[in-house]
Amino acid sequence: MLELSRLTALIDSLLRETWGLSEFWVLFIEFVLVGVALLTAYAVLALILIYVERKITGFFQCRLGPNRVGKYGVVQSVADMVKILLKEIIHVDNVDKFLFYAAPFFMIVASMLTFGAIPFGRGLQAVDFNIGVFYIVAVSSLGIIGVLLAGWSSNNKYSMIGAMRSGAQFISYELSAGFALITMVVLSGSMQFSTIIESQTYCWNLFNGHIASVIAFIIYLISGHAETNRGPFDLPEAESELTAGYHTEYSGLQFGFFYLAEYLNMFIIAAIATTVFLGGWMPIQLKGFDGFNEVMNYIPSYIWFFGKAGCLVFLSLWVRWTFPRLRIDQLLNLEWKYLLPINMFNLLLMVIIVLAGLTLEDIFPSIFKFIAE
Amino acid sequence: MNSALFLVVFVTGLLLVCAGLGMAILLSPSSFNAQKGQAYECGIPTKGTSWMQFRVGYYLYAILYLMFDVEAIFLFPWATVVRDLGMAGLYSILFFLLILGLGLAYAWRKGALQWK
Repeated sequence: MLELSRLTALIDSLLRETWGLSEFWVLFIEFVLVGVALLTAYAVLALILIYVERKITGFFQCRLGPNRVGKYGVVQSVADMVKILLKEIIHVDNVDKFLFYAAPFFMIVASMLTFGAIPFGRGLQAVDFNIGVFYIVAVSSLGIIGVLLAGWSSNNKYSMIGAMRSGAQFISYELSAGFALITMVVLSGSMQFSTIIESQTYCWNLFNGHIASVIAFIIYLISGHAETNRGPFDLPEAESELTAGYHTEYSGLQFGFFYLAEYLNMFIIAAIATTVFLGGWMPIQLKGFDGFNEVMNYIPSYIWFFGKAGCLVFLSLWVRWTFPRLRIDQLLNLEWKYLLPINMFNLLLMVIIVLAGLTLEDIFPSIFKFIAE
Repeated sequence: MNSALFLVVFVTGLLLVCAGLGMAILLSPSSFNAQKGQAYECGIPTKGTSWMQFRVGYYLYAILYLMFDVEAIFLFPWATVVRDLGMAGLYSILFFLLILGLGLAYAWRKGALQWK
């Protein structure tokens, strides 16, 4: 079996038994390893996402996308990263220096904290709080402080407008995302990601709560899009009107951090949707078909996870290149006049479904029983 | 254990930015040019500061958001235990959401959700 959790268990036993280190040093080394692993995963994932996005965008627009650096352009994003490292970091005369340099920290730390709480596979989760969903909602919204700081400190009208739009958009859609997640917490009865995934072994939450789940899923995808300032909701950095929005004045790696955080946030939204709605890393399992389950279990859990999350990322790219950009009033109307009221009714609907025992896992056995009688 | 790991993740995030900036400062060239210090706006020298009064519409949404966000904090613990609470949980949250819905309806009626 190719599960990475076996590797972590191996390292643990190596440190503890073979080398006989004391508890403190074992924990220390393991923490350092966790940090290194997270850092690597973060950077590599961002590079892959940037390449994939550019390539798929190319195909959507009937062109080739990056194809010069390496075979099919696969090393393009690595080359870009090296180039961005070699650029001079400058700041404009009139910026608020402290806030200007603090902004990327907020962006990166917020997305890193969220990244750490995502279950990538069986036992592959750095932080597994028992309030996981709440933690993710809380921590991911720290990123907007970075955006507002960047826009405010730049002393540039475009940055300012971009940051304000981004702030209004993010806090509005944050509500919908939070509500959709609360709806799913009602269904699974726990906020801990490992428990949520365990409970979806035989039936994904998306099907388990049928109508209410599907509505919550769609709302979560829409608001996730809006939160990451992408797709049809990219007016904070609408190139044709605001140059680059809140990060207009950033150069070199400072800009690179915003870029990195944006792509990672896109992945994080897809990952949370995968975990909460689509069963996370759990392979497809059917109750009573043990042979089938065994075969499915042979595929490592992280491949399941990245496969499902990859589908959602592709969906987000598809949406991005399909719909025209919204105006700010349309954007806020969509949230406050449609998604939020729908969400409140959806929450009540979900409570009724759960309390009346109308979830699919409850329905199917009782239907079979009824037919049998 | 989880709190320690949380700190590890936090420090990792900080390290990523610090290490990146450090590397960039070491590797990148630096030269002085007065033009570099100008704001990237329309090409002509920028007029005045950008730290000025801003459209009030954004703050209205921020205030509304505050109301709903505090409510979300109350909803999370309720959502985890609603199965055990049974119908009592449903009634109590119905009342709660009703008051909130009234608030939203009031803001809507008053035109706070209208972008002017």
